[in-house]
Amino acid sequence: MQMNVPMLSILTFLPLGTFVLLLLTPQGSSKLHRNLSLCVSLFVFLISCVILKDFIPTSIPQFAERFPLIDKWGISYSVSVDGISIFLVMLVTFLTPIVVLCSYKYITKNTREYYGLILLLEFGMIGTLVAADAMLFYVFWEIMLVPMFFIIGMWGGERRVYATIKFVLFTLVGSLLLLIGLIYTAWKASKGGHISFAISDMHNVVLSTKEQLWLFGAFSLAFAIKVPMFPLHTWLPDAHTEAPTGGSVILAGVLLKMGVYGFLRFVFPILPTASHLFAPVMIILSIIGIIYGALVAFVQTDIKKLVAYSSVSHLGYVMLGLFVFSLQGFQGGMYQMINHGLSTGALFLIVGMLYERRHTRLMSEFGGLAKTVPLLAIVFMVSMLSSVGLPGLNGFIGEFLILLATFAASPLYAAFAASGVILGAVYLFHLYQKVMFGPITKQENEKLPDLSFREAIIMIPILLLMVIMGLFPNPILKRTEPSMQKIIQQVNLSTMQTRDFSAALQQDQGSINHDR
Amino acid sequence: MDRQSIEQLLWVIPFAPLIGALAIGLLCALSPKRGSFPSRTVVGFLACLGPLASFMVAGGVFLALGKSPETTPVHQTLFSWIQCGAFSINFAFEADRLTAVMLMFVTFVGTIIHFYSIGYMGHDKGYARFFSYLNLFLSAMLILVLGSNLVLMFLGWEGVGLCSYLLIAFWFDDEAKAIAGKKAFIVNRIGDFGFVLGIFLIYTTLLKNGPSSLEFSFLATHAYLLAPVATIASLLLFTGAMGKSAQIPLYVWLPDAMAGPTPVSALIHAATMVTAGVFMVARMHFLFDLSPLSGQLVAGVGIATALVAALIGFGQNDIKKVLAYSTVSQLGYMFVAVGAGAYSAGIFHVFTHAFFKACLFLGAGSVIHALHEEQDIRKMGGLLKKLPITGTTFLIAWLAICGIPPFAGFFSKDEILWSVFNTWGAYGKILWVLGLFGAGCTAFYMSRLVFITFFGKNRSSTAFEKIHESPPIMTIPLIILALGSVLVGFFGIPEALGGSNVFASWLTPVFGEHTSATHSNFIEYVVMALSVSVAFIGITIAYIKYVRKPFIASEPRGIAAFAEAAFHVDALYRIVLINPLFSFTRNILFRVVDVAIIDGAVNGIAKLSSVSGGLVRRLQTGTVRTYLYYFGAGAALLMLIVYIGKW
Repeated sequence: MQMNVPMLSILTFLPLGTFVLLLLTPQGSSKLHRNLSLCVSLFVFLISCVILKDFIPTSIPQFAERFPLIDKWGISYSVSVDGISIFLVMLVTFLTPIVVLCSYKYITKNTREYYGLILLLEFGMIGTLVAADAMLFYVFWEIMLVPMFFIIGMWGGERRVYATIKFVLFTLVGSLLLLIGLIYTAWKASKGGHISFAISDMHNVVLSTKEQLWLFGAFSLAFAIKVPMFPLHTWLPDAHTEAPTGGSVILAGVLLKMGVYGFLRFVFPILPTASHLFAPVMIILSIIGIIYGALVAFVQTDIKKLVAYSSVSHLGYVMLGLFVFSLQGFQGGMYQMINHGLSTGALFLIVGMLYERRHTRLMSEFGGLAKTVPLLAIVFMVSMLSSVGLPGLNGFIGEFLILLATFAASPLYAAFAASGVILGAVYLFHLYQKVMFGPITKQENEKLPDLSFREAIIMIPILLLMVIMGLFPNPILKRTEPSMQKIIQQVNLSTMQTRDFSAALQQDQGSINHDR
Repeated sequence: MDRQSIEQLLWVIPFAPLIGALAIGLLCALSPKRGSFPSRTVVGFLACLGPLASFMVAGGVFLALGKSPETTPVHQTLFSWIQCGAFSINFAFEADRLTAVMLMFVTFVGTIIHFYSIGYMGHDKGYARFFSYLNLFLSAMLILVLGSNLVLMFLGWEGVGLCSYLLIAFWFDDEAKAIAGKKAFIVNRIGDFGFVLGIFLIYTTLLKNGPSSLEFSFLATHAYLLAPVATIASLLLFTGAMGKSAQIPLYVWLPDAMAGPTPVSALIHAATMVTAGVFMVARMHFLFDLSPLSGQLVAGVGIATALVAALIGFGQNDIKKVLAYSTVSQLGYMFVAVGAGAYSAGIFHVFTHAFFKACLFLGAGSVIHALHEEQDIRKMGGLLKKLPITGTTFLIAWLAICGIPPFAGFFSKDEILWSVFNTWGAYGKILWVLGLFGAGCTAFYMSRLVFITFFGKNRSSTAFEKIHESPPIMTIPLIILALGSVLVGFFGIPEALGGSNVFASWLTPVFGEHTSATHSNFIEYVVMALSVSVAFIGITIAYIKYVRKPFIASEPRGIAAFAEAAFHVDALYRIVLINPLFSFTRNILFRVVDVAIIDGAVNGIAKLSSVSGGLVRRLQTGTVRTYLYYFGAGAALLMLIVYIGKW
């Protein structure tokens, strides 16, 4: 399978190249900008499909490329994919063309910069996911921030400046600590007097419990802000609401997962003891996030804010799945990340479509739309059902595995977390009823155009994936399982636990040996 | 047909209506001018095709299971659905004799109601959408029944819930109907919360003792391992059943569900979906058998629901609401039966109830149709003359629900009452007395409905002469169901009456012999006679009240008003639960915690840095002299520190 073609580098740098190319084009020819970026992003998606096709379901990093950058500091250009990153990469490459396509109508000024930044963002996201070197990872991690800053700040809503600054400050605080943590770990991972930023070397580093706790604080703050976990979430509703549709889709669809990815890539393998020690806190924060996010979502009057808060709830599930440290939890969490990318991405797209039609996001401005826009109503319905985890659609698989794993660890936690299943239905069905059902109360709503061809092209692939992933999750689960097994082994090594549920079941808190 | 070939065809049963739903849905969505193409005939034909195919295959399954001496279920694995480490769920169908009974009546009643709907929904703008949903519902219901494991059952379970939501809110431009749909879904989700936790508990408990699975066949053989958690697990599952089958305290969605088109009320909210909870308890009987306590609780909830709903039924004036509360009440009886371990009696009542209740609802639909959407029985009266077929079939079904022999309801209700009479000693006797009282109430409020609607003088706003009987596409289904309401009871003639209870012995391989204390036939006759006389008393009182004296619509007072308002349970939930939760969320969680505290802290830090920045800024005066002072002072300070450090 592994050809000599540097697939991952092509995948990563093609969007960057196009970004540069776009900057050379004249301002004003928006048709060229968007068509070029659409073609390139579709081509990038195609490349990622080839990578997926040749991906072997093992935990070994694949498509690896490596050459040293700064030998003295152990920094190298080194990329690869494994079961943790492959589907997140797919999510990026799948969502980017959709984001480009959904901006055709809405983004009319500075199209060159807009599409360029979207592609720059794609470059950053793919790079973050494929980086096998911590410093490279950090560079890409910071690169992601820049285009997002401009996308919200330049094409955002009324309060965009406030939202942008909040978003950047929050994230920067985390990044700084992350950098310190990475450097410290790299220093500890020195081999023969040479510092090594290779993530694989970091995984073998031995740290005392005290060191682990400090590093856990640094890493998890950075990642938890990105996720975001309660109570670090307040940047998210603002950023989401003010961002243009494309920005919200990427933000919800991919950027939030980078936080979770950080936990999977760095925190669990490097800091297993601290992860176990902090697990109860993280679990409780996750559960609070699930319930709190859902409740607060319900009382929103702004549709977009409602969907934004629902992300807090959904990501709570993901984090909960991870911190019970069993295969089903990890797999469920991984699956839920992809689900959330699709369902919340779809919901943001729909909110965007509603906004383009009515130039408002207030729930009270809508009502009875199922009559005027029946196709949009169907699309909305399916996306909503995916989001509430209806069996047969993708959302169910993730939620079910997470809750099952949680139950195996602690029925009480599971009972609290499962209440989110009810609350999820409450806020989304409330939203749907207010927007789509009921009599048409506003004259403006009587003659709205239904789904256009372009909008249908955007939504159909997402809806199809929701159904396919709901009925046939195994092709994905099979490919992520070995990598998840590996992390489980790494994180449970310190506690001498076995894999699978049994980990949680036979867990005897008293006998855990916290020192490696 | 032999076993092997029918095994290969199991998938057709749920998938035929699914294909129908998708085909109609696509035709409808892709048609250039909405509503004009595809034609109603094509849609109607397509819609009936799937259920009919399911019915035929279900018949094959039934025959195959009847013929073969072996009692092992027929099984078809389609593919591996979820595979995650040790956790594995197959997408597989399995039919034993219990499933076969469910399949038969679900597909039979389902098909008939599809035909009826062609007439009933004939002029509706959402004709195609309606049939698409109805097909989808049938598919989900059949997956629920056929699923070979708890998770696949749960897929069907949530699927029927979704279709129920879509169909209740079918006329979505009416806000009340949209809200009713939402309420149904959310209340069902509360039940499902218990259901999934039950599934988890069962799975993880088995896991402690080796490999675990959620296949029913595995669960049945390993049920003994569940003994330590049997009570909690069975009650968690029962929570799911309370939602779906509208038991106290989760019954509140069903009366509101009458907002949907009447065929939907007949199929989903009377004959099939709402009995899913009873089916689930029967399916998991090996678990409920392990816990006498949960059996008693199930029966207790059942009887309480049966009585409360019957009492509310006294005061209802909407023809469909009366039937809705009567459904809630009858479902209560079914839970009394399965709680008492008389699973076959419970399923038998599910079976007979499907016929007479579907007949009642479709009859009500026919009345509503004839009176141009009038549902208030105070504005009906004397309709028997004008609607002879509807009226006659309605009367037959009425006698069946009242429990008058030899109509179907008599046999099934009697079997339930006889079963509780024979179980649990004193507790069983109390339940029996209450059940008997409930049967009297049922007879009363159903007779009230019948007398006010079909007898006396016409009080409708439609001119009496203009009232017409429904077309044959609607009356033929009524006749078939009325025939069913007479005949299906004969499957369960008790031995005391010289029958052999074919129904119970058909299900013996599933539930085993139901052992009950042996009483002489004499006591059984007395019990039987008592329930019949109670029914007659109920009918007689209603006769005296509503036929002998001419019925005058009046404002209800006192208890009647209380019953009409359904005991204000909805308002109670709103005041005690819903409003406090959401005002807490809005005022405390969102405004205080999120905006004031968390965001306030964030903005506070930002403010702090800008304020401190402002203070520090003052140092930057821009004059070299000031900087030199700083420099000098700093150097002096440093030297001082170094000096003190040395010293």
